[in-house]
Amino acid sequence: MKILAVCGSGLGTSFMVEMNINQILGELGVTDVEVSHSDLSSAVPGDADVYFLAKDIADGGAHLGDVVVMESIIDMDELRTKVKKVLEERGIIL
Amino acid sequence: MSTLIDILSQPAILVALIALIGLAAQKKKMSDTVKGTTKTFVGFLVISAGAGILQTALTPFGAMFEEAFNVSGVVPNNEAIVALALTDYGTNTALIMFFGMVVNILIARLTRYKYIFLTGHHTLYMAAMLAVIMAVAGFNTFGLIAAGSIALGIIMTLSPAILQPFMRQLTGNDNVALGHFSAVGYAASGLVGKLFKGSKENNTENINFPKGLGFLRDSTVSIALTMIIMYVIVALFAGPSFIESELSGGTNFLVFSFIQAGSFAAGVFIILSGVRLVLAEIVPAFKGISTKLVPDAKPALDVPIIFTFAPNAVLIGFFASFIGGIFSMVIMVFAGGVIILPGVVPHFFTGAAAGVFGNATGGFKGSIAGAFVNGIIISFLPVFLMPVLGELGFANTTFSDADFGVSGIFFGTLANYSGPIAITIGLIVIIALMAIPAKKKKSSHKGEEKAV
Repeated sequence: MKILAVCGSGLGTSFMVEMNINQILGELGVTDVEVSHSDLSSAVPGDADVYFLAKDIADGGAHLGDVVVMESIIDMDELRTKVKKVLEERGIIL
Repeated sequence: MSTLIDILSQPAILVALIALIGLAAQKKKMSDTVKGTTKTFVGFLVISAGAGILQTALTPFGAMFEEAFNVSGVVPNNEAIVALALTDYGTNTALIMFFGMVVNILIARLTRYKYIFLTGHHTLYMAAMLAVIMAVAGFNTFGLIAAGSIALGIIMTLSPAILQPFMRQLTGNDNVALGHFSAVGYAASGLVGKLFKGSKENNTENINFPKGLGFLRDSTVSIALTMIIMYVIVALFAGPSFIESELSGGTNFLVFSFIQAGSFAAGVFIILSGVRLVLAEIVPAFKGISTKLVPDAKPALDVPIIFTFAPNAVLIGFFASFIGGIFSMVIMVFAGGVIILPGVVPHFFTGAAAGVFGNATGGFKGSIAGAFVNGIIISFLPVFLMPVLGELGFANTTFSDADFGVSGIFFGTLANYSGPIAITIGLIVIIALMAIPAKKKKSSHKGEEKAV
């Protein structure tokens, strides 16, 4: 499975979200999920199974398919809940 | 020996080596180490390729602008100027970035300024600017890297520090800092917002604001659109005969302008991909090592982290800042000299953030006034920054965000007084001020603001 974190320029925010998702995956002991980051222009449907976007660019990324919208990009608890939910939906964790 | 120097003077190889050291230090798997090192190496070459495209697209713009208005026009864009700087100052930039991160960790570990600056692309851009300024100031290679690294470490610490009072007010806690080198503009916006304290309840988020312009957050779209508008306006003033005889080789002047504007956006797109590859291994390594060495540090993170606090203020701030940019441009037209054109990207990101801080301290009115002031600040700083950048000051692009202007002008002015000596003394004084423990807060806060 692949997760793509997306932000406006694909440099800082999405990179941070990627690192945070990786940290959460590590805590959960999940290893076979690939995470990367990208800008809004480069991200296309099919790049990944799930896309993580912040609330402020959610409209611009609605076409991507399976999109998870983050209310706050710095809230690790919110991210942890949402990553867990994604993994549970796909049967990666129980 | 000369082979070794050849290897180390190739910035692409040097950054790959830095990535390799970082990966080895984290005891990564062999396959991950090879992958990461290679990507970093290729990433640097991608940036150079983008720089070539960008220069080809920007040169005709400069020529047309001068033909039309008899002055030079500058479009501030960080990616563009950094890519140009890296072609000549790549090695020094890579070394300053690496040791600058080390200095950042040391300052966070040893002083009361517990900030770790994690916005890697801004670290890279600031390293590039310092490499240029220290070279223009007349340092030798060793001194240049030492002074550049210490300056970078200081800026990485003080930029989040001056903004932290406003961040506390905005986020309601003291755990996260903002790592974006336009802090002077944001702090100014926060201060301007305070003038409207009375109307604080009149928050931007209580207004129904159209959201249709969110697509401008897509940087490729906004860069291409603004460049097309600017290119076409300038082309109309320069006239078809000049463009078709001198620049386009007979191609219709408007068609030519469209293609060049699009190529500029293409160049930035490529540079961004390269920057992403270069940073992919270095930033996580920096983050991992700094968390180990400075466990109580506050991470300073990229600017969009604050956008979700006030999405309306983001758009209001962009407009107000952009209008500030146009207002400044009109003043420059009357004043003579270079003209700084308002780019959508810097105004969007820094204007948006200024709008959020202005809103936090002064509501709707504070948001507009603060972002407007930010727009003026980021328009006028480049005018004074460009003369200290040596050859690069004559490019038709320059650094766009406020802290680049403030620190560049600060070190450039010191260099003009008495070159490396003045800069060395300046750095020692700032470090000494930062080493003062917390109780003398008031006096050292003044030093902070001047230093950044």
